[in-house]
Amino acid sequence: MAAPQWPEAKDRALLGHRVTRLDGPVKASGRAKYAYDINRPEMLYAKLFASPHAAAKIVDIDLSAAEALPGVKTTWRDESVIGGEAQYQGQVLAAIAAETEELAHDAIRLVKVTYELLPIKINDRDPALAEGRDASKDEGDPDAAFAQADFVHEGEYGLPVVAHCCLEAHGQVAEMRDGDMYIWPSTQNVSRYVDSIAENVEIPASQMHVDCQYMGGGFGSKFRPGRWGIICSILAKQCGRPVKLMLDRDQELMAAGNRPSAFGKVKIGAKEDGTVIALDSLLWGTGGMGGFREPSLPYVFTNIPNWRRIGKRIPTNRGGQEAWRAPGHPQACLFMMSAMEDLAAAMKMDALEFYKINCVHTDKPELYREQLDIAAELIGYKQKAHLRGEGGTGTLRRGLGLGVHMWGGMGHPAKCDVTIHPDGSVETRIGTQDLGTGTRTALAIVVGETLGLPLEAVTVNIGRNAYPEAGASGGSTTIGGISASSRLAATAALNALFEVAAPKLGVAADALEAKGGLIREAAKPANAIAWKDACGLLGPNPITKQGENVPGESQKMGLIDAGVGGCQIADVTVDMETGVVTLNEMVAVQDCGLIVNLKLAESQMHGGLIMGITYALYEESVYDPTTGRMLNADMEFYRIAGLKDIGKLKVHMMTGKGHDERGVIGLGEPPVISPGAAISNAVANACGVRVPELPLTPDRVIAALRKGGVLS
Amino acid sequence: MADHKKPPERSAISRRGFFKGVGAGTAAVSLVTGLDPESAAAAAEPALRGPGETAFTLKINGKNHQVKAEPRATLLDVLRNRLDITGAKKVCDRGTCGACTVLLDDEPVYACSILALEAEGRDLKTIEGLGSPEQLSQVMKAFVENDAQQCGFCTPGFILACTAFLARHPDPTLEEIQQGLGGNLCRCGTYPGITQAMVDAAKALKGGA
Repeated sequence: MAAPQWPEAKDRALLGHRVTRLDGPVKASGRAKYAYDINRPEMLYAKLFASPHAAAKIVDIDLSAAEALPGVKTTWRDESVIGGEAQYQGQVLAAIAAETEELAHDAIRLVKVTYELLPIKINDRDPALAEGRDASKDEGDPDAAFAQADFVHEGEYGLPVVAHCCLEAHGQVAEMRDGDMYIWPSTQNVSRYVDSIAENVEIPASQMHVDCQYMGGGFGSKFRPGRWGIICSILAKQCGRPVKLMLDRDQELMAAGNRPSAFGKVKIGAKEDGTVIALDSLLWGTGGMGGFREPSLPYVFTNIPNWRRIGKRIPTNRGGQEAWRAPGHPQACLFMMSAMEDLAAAMKMDALEFYKINCVHTDKPELYREQLDIAAELIGYKQKAHLRGEGGTGTLRRGLGLGVHMWGGMGHPAKCDVTIHPDGSVETRIGTQDLGTGTRTALAIVVGETLGLPLEAVTVNIGRNAYPEAGASGGSTTIGGISASSRLAATAALNALFEVAAPKLGVAADALEAKGGLIREAAKPANAIAWKDACGLLGPNPITKQGENVPGESQKMGLIDAGVGGCQIADVTVDMETGVVTLNEMVAVQDCGLIVNLKLAESQMHGGLIMGITYALYEESVYDPTTGRMLNADMEFYRIAGLKDIGKLKVHMMTGKGHDERGVIGLGEPPVISPGAAISNAVANACGVRVPELPLTPDRVIAALRKGGVLS
Repeated sequence: MADHKKPPERSAISRRGFFKGVGAGTAAVSLVTGLDPESAAAAAEPALRGPGETAFTLKINGKNHQVKAEPRATLLDVLRNRLDITGAKKVCDRGTCGACTVLLDDEPVYACSILALEAEGRDLKTIEGLGSPEQLSQVMKAFVENDAQQCGFCTPGFILACTAFLARHPDPTLEEIQQGLGGNLCRCGTYPGITQAMVDAAKALKGGA
């Protein structure tokens, strides 16, 4: 009998190897069809009318002129907002669908909305503007501990609101056919995408068919269809023709979700030997008019015995937040690691040494110590490190900075079917999605490995809600969910095939194994039958088995696990005259249990690092303090890093003994957490003062140098 | 092959020409920079087209396509919406990110920032014309091998930009690569793979020559 547990390293033909992405050729040749690329016969183009004002009473929405324009086929307006308020720039008020995209734009210009402007709330940097009750949490006796501390440092840090800026905008194509609705969305959540649409268009979810084969980035912002998805479906139902509705770039940046800002004061105290004994934090920020949860401090060093944390929520007239890759963690990491290195600097202690002493406060002291050592070795810490501000007196000053992070990454609940056909072909079906992380490839690896077949022998079917339900791709949960469920399904299907093949080989089914395209007797490999011939014994009926990932159970079986750590070190140069920060090099050390595909795991690491470098150095959604309008809702001024902005990146994946036995753990979030902290710390190490707020733009660096008395 | 040696016959209407024409009368059109004398002469008496839909022909990947679109329609929108040629992606829609890159007479251009009519009579190449999943071009192959793509939305634009770049810089330095590909953006963070893909593709192209 085949057992579901992962094979030993020596027995792995595909698992953990460097496997090239299966859908690479179809993407590279431009043949992959994303939601934006779906063109249906007789399709209409929909555009949205959004509030240009950050806060306004909506007196009336008049669509008559737009509706009179030839080519306009159907319209929608938000009845519920008339007499109510638009609460942010970019809030959708109306929509129209027309024969061409050009006409749709024209029609939107004819929409007349009567507003009464209201006072805006946009400032998120003053905790006095907080509303509602403070969130408050503490442990031990921080006040008494500070009194006993030999060194205490108090600092202020912050990160502004940033956008997801997915290259493929949010949106979908919807089409009614024989009473059913067909939807091609750009989503991270194929299986449950239609839930909120079904309610709004009054079509049962069972009659809504989702197909998302490729999607152009989500990063946490594409779990739900959003108002645009619902509106697109309403328009398609109203006019009986297919409708495409994709957000324009400005709407994408204003309204399609963002990462909440976070600002704070952090006080940290340590004994003379460097052991931190107390942490006190007051944190605030905005997630738009909706919720805001303060970053969770203490971060990583969670066992600091005495701490207090107060969180304040500031509602502002901005588009609402959505989960942004590793929600809350980059913020918590920046606060924690900045406070740590500021205190180390005040104590004239080496930062690396300071972290190592305090690893005792983490849940995985040995892991973090090992990671710190590996990262230090990779970047040449010994040769390059200096105490803060002691990097010479020249115009260009170099420095190193560290960050450590943590993440869960437990596989989500998921069901997967594996079918073995009498002709020997193998199919897998699962309602998951490939965000570019390599989900398709991972499924082929797991099923191929289990059945002893090459990658090409497995047909992977994903991206449809008709397939067995799988969780949304968020929180680094997909790889665990799909590998455990497909492993269980493939194992069950294989055991059923063993039953059929066993009489032919004259042994019991539990004496068989599948290897190298053969079903063979494990103890006597020469007693074998080719895969195809074994499948031929099935007669007319294929074998289909379903595997289900129940996280706790799969964890007990060693298939998946949760809880990883990582360490990153940045090497930067600061130009003391211009304030320009250059990233020279960055190293990242990460564990993630059993790696399914080393090549794509490294790609995830690079991707996380680069997204991290981007928010550390460039990204900010800038809002006008007077009007509350977003000033950079485009890609010229909402800057993301280019090819030459990222320096040299080195990635070290911890694999093998001690890691493989844990099973599969997700990797999407961890690498994006530390860059802000590590780069900010490196800048402080180089120029001698803390630049309190990300992104580390020249104006912020110069202001900090002036304030710190380094520049007059 | 000889086709693209000929001076391009440009459309009478370009965004810039149109504005100048409106401002200073038709004579000013001949002053538009970049027009060769022949087509400038043609531009002096432009046939009136638009504002409604007008018929024209685009030569895409060696094949002529009859199109009807408004003169104001961008090349990108006509490719994607009228011809269902969707390899060029719409992302920033204002000439920043490079996801819509196509080759016009072998020059990389942002399809979002020129009018479809401007491509009339010229030789247009999109990602679909460079290769297919079964027959990848050298640059595509290098992208696949080096995992120079994640979500893949920026990839066709990058591959066209790389292809045009390598045609002019067969032996690029790292710095030239970083500079040369500065007009394309990726959000997933595939730059290390892209850089290596460029190096590998340069080698492969030289080997094949």
